[in-house]
Amino acid sequence: MDSKDYIASGILELYVAGSLSEKENQEVYEAMQKYPEVLAEVQSIENAIVKLTAFSKKDSAYSFDSIKNQLKVEQPKVIPISKPKTNWLQYSGWAASLLIGSILIFTLSKNNQLKQQVASEKEVLEAQIDSASTNLAAAEKLIEVFRDKDIISVPLAGQTVSPTSYAKVYWDKKTNSIYLDAKGLPEPPKGKVYQVWSLKLSPLTPTSLGTLDSFTADNNKIFTITNANESEAFGITLEPAGGSLSPTLEQLYTLGAVSS
Amino acid sequence: MSQEQLILQFQQKDVKAYEKLYNMYCDSISGVVNNIVKNDDVTQEITQDVFIKAWNKADTYSSKKGRFFTWLLNIARNAAIDYTRSKKFKQSKQNLNADFFVDILETSSNLDKSTNTIGLKEFVTKLGEKCKAVIELIYFKGFTQKEASEELDMPLGTIKTRNRTCIGELRTMLGE
Repeated sequence: MDSKDYIASGILELYVAGSLSEKENQEVYEAMQKYPEVLAEVQSIENAIVKLTAFSKKDSAYSFDSIKNQLKVEQPKVIPISKPKTNWLQYSGWAASLLIGSILIFTLSKNNQLKQQVASEKEVLEAQIDSASTNLAAAEKLIEVFRDKDIISVPLAGQTVSPTSYAKVYWDKKTNSIYLDAKGLPEPPKGKVYQVWSLKLSPLTPTSLGTLDSFTADNNKIFTITNANESEAFGITLEPAGGSLSPTLEQLYTLGAVSS
Repeated sequence: MSQEQLILQFQQKDVKAYEKLYNMYCDSISGVVNNIVKNDDVTQEITQDVFIKAWNKADTYSSKKGRFFTWLLNIARNAAIDYTRSKKFKQSKQNLNADFFVDILETSSNLDKSTNTIGLKEFVTKLGEKCKAVIELIYFKGFTQKEASEELDMPLGTIKTRNRTCIGELRTMLGE
């Protein structure tokens, strides 16, 4: 029997009424599980009967409250919604926050480190710029000196002790100062120092203009020296540290006469 | 929420779920009871008893044995019939008339409550006598097919098909 014939047989109407035997009830139940249309038919019949029977009462509706208090309610069992199991979500949350925290700390310290690095690099750069501009100023001053027509240029030639040495004196008579370019002199041996002399030729009278104590340290080997003498020549000798009262002529490195 | 879930919750003693089921079926149950005891006060009392009884034996219901509504219907009919067999009922019996559900329907104040009521009333009055009798016995009195066939002196198969035809007309009218 297919579901259509089953529905048409009228058994479902009796099923809702409760007029069937236990065995028949079981059959209908199985048919309802098997055929959705049988279940729908039963529900439809039931709805009609519910409405029909509802009309055979005279009173207005009885409120549920009238029986509510008489319903015995067992103490509701507390059923935990979820067993207290290992909450991996929570743990992974903590792990993630720890990870993020340590990354944050690492980033902050890295950032500080970089900031310091940048600051020190900046300092170095500033110092370089500073020295560059100082150098530039010095170079400009030198160019100015070399171009000044009032400045007397005196080349100092190498002498017997050091024929390859040379030097140059730029004498500014207005300011009573000389600019000595000593680039052509070798490094003085340890314990020795170059001493600059102003010379008068007849009679030969040397006057010390001072020692070049900073020769090794000075990069451009240009020294500014005060000279108020009526110099006729300039000479440079190698002297013991501290300088000498009179030049050691055996150690005369360069010499040059002022052309008149 | 599906009815299956409501019934499951009711069986777990969920008062809220039971209230929903109560509101679905209270009128029907009291209608069936009223049709048997034919007394408003007694109907209310028995209807309340039926729902309290159903609550207390909630665990005995099984969807495999039948519909939840049918289960309630059985409890209600038994309670009402028990009452008709009691001393109290017999003492007041002379005051009762022998109305069928159709007579109650025709005088029911409930008939003004729904848009379907006019159609229902019309349907009921148009129902053939045999149809009225079958519905009365099968649904209101809880007769088995065999009992109804004996009562109405009709073949078993005829009860079944006639009942289906009558309910079919009712459903058409109700739009079910």
